[in-house]
Amino acid sequence: MNTLEIKNLNVSIDGQAILKDFNLTIPKGEVHALMGPNGTGKSTLAKVMAGHEDYTVESGEVLLDGVNILGEEPDEIAKAGLFLAFQYPLEIPGVSIANFIRAARQARLPEGEEINAVDYYKELYAKMDALKMDRKFTARSLNEGFSGGEKKRCEILQMSMLEPKYCVMDETDSGLDIDALRIVSEGVNMMRAEDRAFLIITHYQRLLDYIVPDVVHVMFDGRIVHSGDAELAKELESKGYDWVKEEFAGATA
Amino acid sequence: MSDTDIQDEAINVDTEKGNFKYPENYEFDAGVGLNEDTVKYISEVKKEAPWILDFRLKALEIFNKKPMPTKWADQDLDNIKFDEIRYYLSKGQQPARSWDDVPDDVKETFERLGIPEQERKFLAGVEAQFDSEASYSRMKEDLEKEGVIFVGSSEGLEKYPEIFKPYFGKVIPTSDNKFSALNSATFSGGSFIYVPKGVKLKQPLQAYFRINAENFGQFERTLIIADEDSEITYMEGCTAPKFETATLHSAVVELVALKNAKIQYITVQNWSSNVFNLVTKRGMADEGAEVKWIDCNIGSRLTMKYPGVVLKGKGARGEVLSIALANDGQHQDTGAKMMHLADNTTSNIISKSISIGEGRSTYRGQVHMPKHLKNCKNNTECDALLINTNSRTDTYPAITTRGQNNTVQHEASVSKVSAEQIFYMMQRGLSEGEAMSLAVNGFVNELMKAFPMEYSVELKRLIDMEMEGSVG
Repeated sequence: MNTLEIKNLNVSIDGQAILKDFNLTIPKGEVHALMGPNGTGKSTLAKVMAGHEDYTVESGEVLLDGVNILGEEPDEIAKAGLFLAFQYPLEIPGVSIANFIRAARQARLPEGEEINAVDYYKELYAKMDALKMDRKFTARSLNEGFSGGEKKRCEILQMSMLEPKYCVMDETDSGLDIDALRIVSEGVNMMRAEDRAFLIITHYQRLLDYIVPDVVHVMFDGRIVHSGDAELAKELESKGYDWVKEEFAGATA
Repeated sequence: MSDTDIQDEAINVDTEKGNFKYPENYEFDAGVGLNEDTVKYISEVKKEAPWILDFRLKALEIFNKKPMPTKWADQDLDNIKFDEIRYYLSKGQQPARSWDDVPDDVKETFERLGIPEQERKFLAGVEAQFDSEASYSRMKEDLEKEGVIFVGSSEGLEKYPEIFKPYFGKVIPTSDNKFSALNSATFSGGSFIYVPKGVKLKQPLQAYFRINAENFGQFERTLIIADEDSEITYMEGCTAPKFETATLHSAVVELVALKNAKIQYITVQNWSSNVFNLVTKRGMADEGAEVKWIDCNIGSRLTMKYPGVVLKGKGARGEVLSIALANDGQHQDTGAKMMHLADNTTSNIISKSISIGEGRSTYRGQVHMPKHLKNCKNNTECDALLINTNSRTDTYPAITTRGQNNTVQHEASVSKVSAEQIFYMMQRGLSEGEAMSLAVNGFVNELMKAFPMEYSVELKRLIDMEMEGSVG
C-alpha cells in the first residue's frame, strides 16, 4: 500500500460545509498540485489532514498507507509520516531552530535512544547550506522576526530534516520572491523520491514552473472538479478560475 | 495513559525527590507555639550571649504587635496557625566536618537529594541544614587558609562577633515586616559568610535546607559579607516532604557588598505544596559593588519574596532575575525592590512568571529614585505566561522617580501559549505535553542562561514535570 487516499471526505466548521465529498489519491513517488480560487477549501483540507481540531469531519476517510488517520492526534499523524508546510508558520519565542528540530527528531526515537549531537548538526548544516540559509539561523528563535521567505525556507528545512513520507505544502509560494521561490523549489525537488508523495496546494501557477507536478487538480466549492497534467496549470493561468466555474461547476451540481 | 494517570504522575513526581521523611527523634524540642519561654529555650540550647537573647525578645514583641499584611497580601496567610507550629527541633548535633560523621538518616536524606555528589563535583563548600540545625558543613581547606569564614548563624555570632555583629540586623531591621520580626525572634541555622578583601571565590558555596518534621517552622538566618574587591556566588536549594499540615519557612537573608565587591545569590526553591514560604532578602551595595539575586520559585503553597538591593554607593549595581511557576493551589507572589541612594547607580529587574491550571503569579516591584540623585537607571521587564484560561497573573509596579537625568524603563507583557502554536509543534511530532514544555522553556530561556548549568538542567526538568499534568 503506497498511497495517500482521501475518500468521500465531508468537513464542516461552525455548521458550514467546506469539503464536500472530496476525493483524491496520490501514489508514492508522485507530485500532485491542488489549485483553486480562495475560499474553496484548500487550506481546510491541509489542516484536516494534519489533525486540526477546529474542523468537524462529517464523514469520509484519509488513508496513509491504508490506515485512516482521521481522529488521530496531530503528533500521531506526524509520526505516521505526514508533514504539513504551513501557510503561516507560527513563532515560538525562545526556542531555537536547532533545538526545535532536534526535539522533533527525538520525539520519533524509541524510549531511551538519544540523538547523536555531532551527526545531527552535521546534517542540519548541510541542509541549511543547500537551502542557502545562514548557519547563524540555528540559534535564532523559531520564526521570530523572520521574513515571509525565511519562514518558508525554515518550513522546507524542517521537512528536509524530518524526512516525511507524505508532504503537504499549503501555499508555500505566498510571500516568496523569485530567488526564494527557486531555492525553496530546489529543496523540494531534491526530496522527490519513489517512496515519497507530495501534495502542493497553490493559488498561482508560478511555483509549478519550478516544481513540475505529475498531476494538477482544480478545486471548486469543496471538491475536485477537474484534473490534468502540468499543462492544466498553464491553462488555468491564462483562462482564470471563472473558466473552471463555467466548464466544470455544472458537472458537480 | 488516562488523563488522571498523567495528572497523578505529575502531582507526585514533582516532589517525589523530596517526598520522604525519617522518624523524628529530637533531643531538643521547643514544643508547640511561640512565647517568651520558647525564645528563651532556643537561646539557652544554643548557649547564646545575652545580647542575642535580648535581640530575640525585642523581636518577639514586635512580631506580636505587627498585624498580618493581609490588607494587600494573599488572605491565605490567615491560615497560618502560629500556635500550632514547632519553632525549634534539633538532634543536638554539632555540624559534622566529615560526611562519615553525619548520622545515617540525615546522611541518607541528603544523599537522596544529591548533595555530597554535587559537593565533590563543583562546589567550594556545603552546608546542609536538617530542620533547625546544620548537620554538615565543610569548606575546601584552601578557602579556610585564605580567611574565608563559612559557618552557621550561631557559630558566626559566637566566634566572630566583631565581623558579623556590625551588620547583623542592619540590612533588614527586625521591624521591617512581621516575618522578619518572627525570624529575628526564632532564627536558627543559615549561613554566615565572610569573604576577605580581594578574595574572589571561583567556585560557589552552597547550602541546602530541609524540613523533616511535621508542623515545623524553619527560620534560617543568612548574612554574607563580601569585603572590598571580593567575589562570591552562593547557592541555596530547599525541599520538604509533603505533609498534610502546613509548614512555615520564614528566612532572612542579608547581603553586604563592600566597595567593588560582587555577590551573586542563587535560589532554587521547590518546597512541597503545603509550605508557606515568606522570606525577606536584601542586599546592600557600596561604591562600585554589585548584588545579584537569581531566584527561581517552583514549589510552596504561598511564596512571598521580594529580593531587594539598596544601592548605597556611587556606581553600585543591583539585579534581580526571577522565574516563578505557579500550579494549582499555588500562589507565587514575588518581585523586587531597588532603592537608589547614590548617583550613577543602576538596577535591572527581569521577572518571568508562568501560571498553570488555577495557579496564580504576582509581580510586585518597587523602584525608588529620590530627587537629589542623578544618572541613575532602572530597567524592569516583567513577562507573564498563562497556560490555561483559569490561570491568573497580576502586576503591581510601584515606581517613584525624581531628580535629573534619571531613567526608568518598565515593560510588561502577558502572553498565552496559543492553540495554533501547540498545533504547529504537534504537527512536527511533539506530544501536547512536549509542545507545552518546549514553549514554556522557550519563555524562560534567556533567564535560564543566568543559572549555573547544573541548576538550569535541574530547573528544566522541574518545569517539564510541572507541565506534564497541565494540558488537557
